[in-house]
Amino acid sequence: MTNKLRTSFLAMPYAIWILICTILPLFYILGYAISNGDGSFTISNLTAIADPVHLKSLGLSIQTAFITTVICLIMAYPVALILHNLKITNKGFIVFLFILPMWMNFMLRILAWQNILSNNGILNSILSAIGLPTIHILYTKGAVILGMVYDFLPYMILPIYNSLSKINDDIIEAAADLGAGWLNTFIKITLPLSKDGIISGIIMVFVPALSSFVVSNLLGGGKVLLIGNVIEQEFTLARNWNLGSGLSIILMLFVLLSMSIMNRVDNSENGGMLI
Amino acid sequence: MKKVKKSASFLYLGIIFLFLYAPIFVLIVLSFNNSMSRTVWGGFTLQWYFNLPTNDTIMDALWTTLRITLSSSILATILGTSAAIGINRMKKNHAAIMLGATNIPLLNADIVTGISLMLLFTRFTSLGEFSVVLAHIAFSVPYVIFNVLPKLQSMSESCFEAAMDLGATPAYAFYKVIWPEIIPGVLSGFLMAFTMSLDDFTITYFTKGAGVNTMSTMLYTELRKGIQPELYALSTLLFLLAFLMLIATNLKSFNKKEAMRV
Repeated sequence: MTNKLRTSFLAMPYAIWILICTILPLFYILGYAISNGDGSFTISNLTAIADPVHLKSLGLSIQTAFITTVICLIMAYPVALILHNLKITNKGFIVFLFILPMWMNFMLRILAWQNILSNNGILNSILSAIGLPTIHILYTKGAVILGMVYDFLPYMILPIYNSLSKINDDIIEAAADLGAGWLNTFIKITLPLSKDGIISGIIMVFVPALSSFVVSNLLGGGKVLLIGNVIEQEFTLARNWNLGSGLSIILMLFVLLSMSIMNRVDNSENGGMLI
Repeated sequence: MKKVKKSASFLYLGIIFLFLYAPIFVLIVLSFNNSMSRTVWGGFTLQWYFNLPTNDTIMDALWTTLRITLSSSILATILGTSAAIGINRMKKNHAAIMLGATNIPLLNADIVTGISLMLLFTRFTSLGEFSVVLAHIAFSVPYVIFNVLPKLQSMSESCFEAAMDLGATPAYAFYKVIWPEIIPGVLSGFLMAFTMSLDDFTITYFTKGAGVNTMSTMLYTELRKGIQPELYALSTLLFLLAFLMLIATNLKSFNKKEAMRV
């Protein structure tokens, strides 16, 4: 027992770290959010979300994040399933193939999408070469969603893939032995057992998509104003830190809200480990 | 029927990989493009690769990025590994509190994490490279903990106790019993921390202060002026380096498996 207590002291530096670098900053942002420039108490920075401009960008953010998450889920689930069914020895290699693009700078990759999507870009050259009509997607909401799907897709694939690897193959075989078809097995066994992965994936895509501001800057050309863009501008251009903090708190509340909804769906007991 | 299904799934995988790697191909092609423009192909050249070492803005940003990424991921790995060992030995409800707090940087929006850290740092210290390192440790420690903890949880405590009963000091028992079990988790945690730090923009952007630029933040400010083509050359080199490392580690583990079979 004394031994047990002594080893748990190894977590002490981290406990102090959490207090200073995780908890304290949240109090700071809250402090800024509920005060004026001169330090007096106010809730106007929080109620500022009701301003039509802010409300519109929050709505647009939620809509964009929702569409991004749905597309990611639809694209990622078959990938995870196919990878899981592949008969290869070194599966870690596959996982790294999805992390590898991150070694090319994120900003540059999004810039490359500008090249691909622009009116006389690569995509349109290919489309006109095979006789299809060209599309004007750059600097629209569609381009922003495409950029986000591109950026966040690995975060959906990896958790689903991990949860699929935890499924005992005997259960699948048992279902087949008992006469279930492929579709039936998938709906009744595979899908419910991979629920944890799906929920992690949804959280890991939805939250960053809700607050992103770089993708909308680069691929939306300043025309797509998300709540992240509004907050960034309050800190950099407008220099109104109190309003920026207030809107950040609102954003955090929406993140918490969406997670509590997801947690209601999820009733597993893995201590909320996401990765 | 089975064959059709198989080729359909390979086709699908191919499309997804094309989607993920298309921008990377574009950037690699641009690094050989003999034109300052991003949209015009001006013939093949290697000049951006040769100009790279003399481009001070880019080299400065590269070294800053490497310094920040290496120091933050190494420190995060040390802090996270010892935290994981400690948390594993804690009472269940204490451990739950620690893990809940560990989830905060993972779940919080990057922009909120960046801003809240900036508000803290401006109060106590000036913003600079040091504050960026602290911020990077803050968001990468959770990755280390969540990679190491499962390894600790899956090993039995009695091995460690047996080593102690047989007269090993705690440090020796740790080195001989626990360390070999958790090292894969420590390594993958380090690698994730490293990758996240290397690719981060938002948190760096808010905590960096004037004058300090990593690759990402430099790019963001350069966007208006137009991208220097040397950047394509540099990212191609970095990407190839990562790719070769991946192949090398893969071959190594493959050989190990082959050897075990014999």
